[in-house]
Amino acid sequence: MPRIGVFICHCGENIAGTVDCAAVTQAAAQIPGVVHSVDYKYMCSDPGQNQIKEAIKEKRLTGVVVAACSPRMHEPTFRRACAEAGLNPFLCEMANLREHCSWVHEKNGHTTSKAIDLVRILVEKVKRNRPLFPINVPVTKTALVIGGGIAGIQAALDIANAGQKVVLVEREPSIGGHMAQLSETFPTLDCSQCILTPRMVEVAQHPNITLHTYAELERLDGFIGNFRAVIRKKARCIDEKTCTGCGACIQKCALKKIPSEFNAGLGLRTAIYVPFPQAVPNKPVIDRDHCTFFQTGRCKLCERACPTKAIRFDQQDEFIEINVGAVVAATGYEVKGTDFFPEYGYGEQKDIITGLQFERLASASGPTQGVIKRPSDGKVPDTIVFVACAGSRDPAKGIAYCSKICCMYTAKHAMLYKHKVHAGKAYVFYMDIRAGGKMYEEFVRRAIEEDEVHYVRGRVSRIYPRDGQLVVKGVDTLLNSRPVEIEADMVVLATAMVAQPDAESLAQKMKVSYDQYHFLAEAHPKLRPVEMNTAGIFVAGACQAPKDIPETVAQASAAAAKVLGLFSRDELSREPVVAVVNRCAPPEFSTCVGCFLCESACAYQAIEHEDIKTRDGKLIKTVARVNQGVCQGCGTCVALCRSKSIDLQGFSNEQIFAELVAL
Amino acid sequence: MKIGFFPGCSLEGSSREYNESLHAIAPLLGVELTEVPDWNCCGASAAHSLNHKLALALPARSLALAEKSGLDELLVPCSACYSRLAITRHELLENDALRSEITKIIELPFTGRTKVLSVLDVFGRCASNGLKDKVRTPFGQKVACYYGCYLTRPEKITTCARPEDPREMDDIVKVVGAEPINWAFKVECCGAGFSVSRLDTVAELSGRIVHDAAARGAQAIVVACPMCHTNLDLRRDSIERTRQQKYALPVLYISQVIGLALGLGERQLGLHRHHVPVRLGSVAPANSVAPANSRCPTPVAADVPAALGSAGASPSPGGSPAQEKEA
Repeated sequence: MPRIGVFICHCGENIAGTVDCAAVTQAAAQIPGVVHSVDYKYMCSDPGQNQIKEAIKEKRLTGVVVAACSPRMHEPTFRRACAEAGLNPFLCEMANLREHCSWVHEKNGHTTSKAIDLVRILVEKVKRNRPLFPINVPVTKTALVIGGGIAGIQAALDIANAGQKVVLVEREPSIGGHMAQLSETFPTLDCSQCILTPRMVEVAQHPNITLHTYAELERLDGFIGNFRAVIRKKARCIDEKTCTGCGACIQKCALKKIPSEFNAGLGLRTAIYVPFPQAVPNKPVIDRDHCTFFQTGRCKLCERACPTKAIRFDQQDEFIEINVGAVVAATGYEVKGTDFFPEYGYGEQKDIITGLQFERLASASGPTQGVIKRPSDGKVPDTIVFVACAGSRDPAKGIAYCSKICCMYTAKHAMLYKHKVHAGKAYVFYMDIRAGGKMYEEFVRRAIEEDEVHYVRGRVSRIYPRDGQLVVKGVDTLLNSRPVEIEADMVVLATAMVAQPDAESLAQKMKVSYDQYHFLAEAHPKLRPVEMNTAGIFVAGACQAPKDIPETVAQASAAAAKVLGLFSRDELSREPVVAVVNRCAPPEFSTCVGCFLCESACAYQAIEHEDIKTRDGKLIKTVARVNQGVCQGCGTCVALCRSKSIDLQGFSNEQIFAELVAL
Repeated sequence: MKIGFFPGCSLEGSSREYNESLHAIAPLLGVELTEVPDWNCCGASAAHSLNHKLALALPARSLALAEKSGLDELLVPCSACYSRLAITRHELLENDALRSEITKIIELPFTGRTKVLSVLDVFGRCASNGLKDKVRTPFGQKVACYYGCYLTRPEKITTCARPEDPREMDDIVKVVGAEPINWAFKVECCGAGFSVSRLDTVAELSGRIVHDAAARGAQAIVVACPMCHTNLDLRRDSIERTRQQKYALPVLYISQVIGLALGLGERQLGLHRHHVPVRLGSVAPANSVAPANSRCPTPVAADVPAALGSAGASPSPGGSPAQEKEA
């Protein structure tokens, strides 16, 4: 006979405010099999847990139902309490009276009777629960870091320096990411490349880091501690071992007018190229979409120029399979282009540029060697207008969020311009100045007060060309609010920071969740900011949400700490909520007929073939077997099994039907 | 092509020439216009500032009447009327509760079956469907196509691809031989209804539009809205006083531009009703397809009434001064 204990939690006013807990307690006591039923203000508190423990011992309970909040919140708490009292933790279940009842209904009799129903169905389930035991799985102590910007670099170095192996995958020909493109960094105005490139070199030379550039994640299977990743190493058309990075091929390339991605389209590059002088690795790549040989079948000038014969036109994409225990997603962001703005001319005005393009203009390694020249005619601009919140905080444009870094970098841009062109006039149109951060507000004040940047609080409604200049029409909303018109030589739009165009497909490959803007979704916005809902996958940097360099580095180190915490154990234990194929006495051994419909249905490749043999090795039958390490407990195979031979531990058909009957 | 027609108040009053020119060119384009019987005021600016339901009920009644007459499509030449009718149709189709409430008020069934078209929708269709072959005297002028506020926005209702820099009118006038200029004020505000109460504001706003068009070498402004026409044309004296500058460039309805290219006479198209005299540069004689150089290289002196040499009804060929021009 089952002996079930029911424990009703008031959760302060959260449940007791709308549900009559005393009535639920009384009703629960009437359910057949319930031998103990109490209510208490905070069941999750120590005295509350002690009540459960004592009841288990005194009343010799065979199952426990805690009617409180969501199991996502406190199931581990109560299961641990049961285990301490000697009851198998999987004989404890939670009825969700808070999220599923008290929070979503008015206070009335119906709400209380729904609460009673919820308790009743869980009692019927617990009666059929069986003791289960955690599954232990080994941990592969190698981390996969996707993305070689500052986030990926920091995470990889932290993990590698702690003695664990890292595979770093970057899709561009060089690591460095957006940070390598920046001129100076706020709020100290130190050179971005100068602080980044030593880290890039360290990555390349680190014995614990395997670096794959010009490579992308093709597939990711498995689960925490035991992922299997397939990396597509795109054909570089260069033998990386033979190439010395001398650059002779680049000089010989006949195509010299391809817009350079590294210079945000403002500079030009060749078809065989290294994105920037400090690239890591310093090995060129042939851009097949432009290369004359790949387009017309003739040329091969670079091959003739190469002193080490390292050019390989016939190189194919290579697929590398690796086993890893944890994954850090650090794939970064993109900025909206100027073509996103109809009111600013659909990107057709050459002298309206993005903030990222201005970084390249201001950078010593940029297309103008750091001289601020406007793209259309190379004139040094006398007046620049900076427009903050271009796209950001604009629900009409589909980007309701704040891009967070623009206030600071716009102040920096205006400052850099004033430092280089002393007589120039810089205007900043802004909505609010959001300068929260160490030394940030002081930095903006410096731009306004010392460098005399004109800050205009208002938005820009239109920019149009007139006589070689750009007319910026906006409004000054302070004091006697009035429309303003500024004739500028160049306009810099602080365009919104958005997710990478393929962020959604990457998230789907990794089976992690993402938000409406395609930023990867952390497990909890406050308490689990670097973990994802899929165990063993972590997130760092702007692929999660817009953030600046200090925050990105902090999050990358946090992700590394989480990975190292995972790698500190040799084995992981996981919940035994997995599917099992039944076994029975000979001569059947199992009701499984070996149709393997389950195998085609399983999204996780968890179904294996098991041969049942006699003692002398004669094959009797082949049945399905579930790999408990791989199974995610989704239950698809259970639904499809035609001979009803598979069941999900903890959520068996018998249990589910009993719950339905109890309604 | 059989299309319903909703003239609105302007086309019977201040912009009769828009109505006249539309009806003059429609048969030549193979468009049969059927006026909605017993149509009423669209509500325009007054209703939607005061009462949301009134603003929906007024256009809804006209739409329901169009539906009742079996019209699948309804041409609404005035931009303000177009906007009100299109927005009403959109809102009522989106919101079932609102639709049943409004149908009770207007006491007519409304299903949204009649689609609302602007002149750009209809002429755009003609432009891609044989208009080019009907052109007798290409409109060889540099023109500034002025769309105003309502033709392209809100884009989720108008479904305009480039609401802030539209191309639809430019594409149509290109087909009839005009040369649309690239300019900055295509969709800027002309001052609209302030034409009555705040003439200074209208002179300022419309002045910028006229000035930019003139400064970029346009020989005419092409519009598709009675309100825009009033402000750019009828208020030209105020504009000139405010800006201390004379502007000769005339303002034509797109229907008049097409009409001239089709060879119609200026009286047929109501050009004599404009405040700013329509003195376009000489173009090729009637009944001949003009060569590429038909465009007048220099603006005609302001006080000499030049002919619309293209007019099919004009007795004087070759751009010589015509006598039929009236004040």
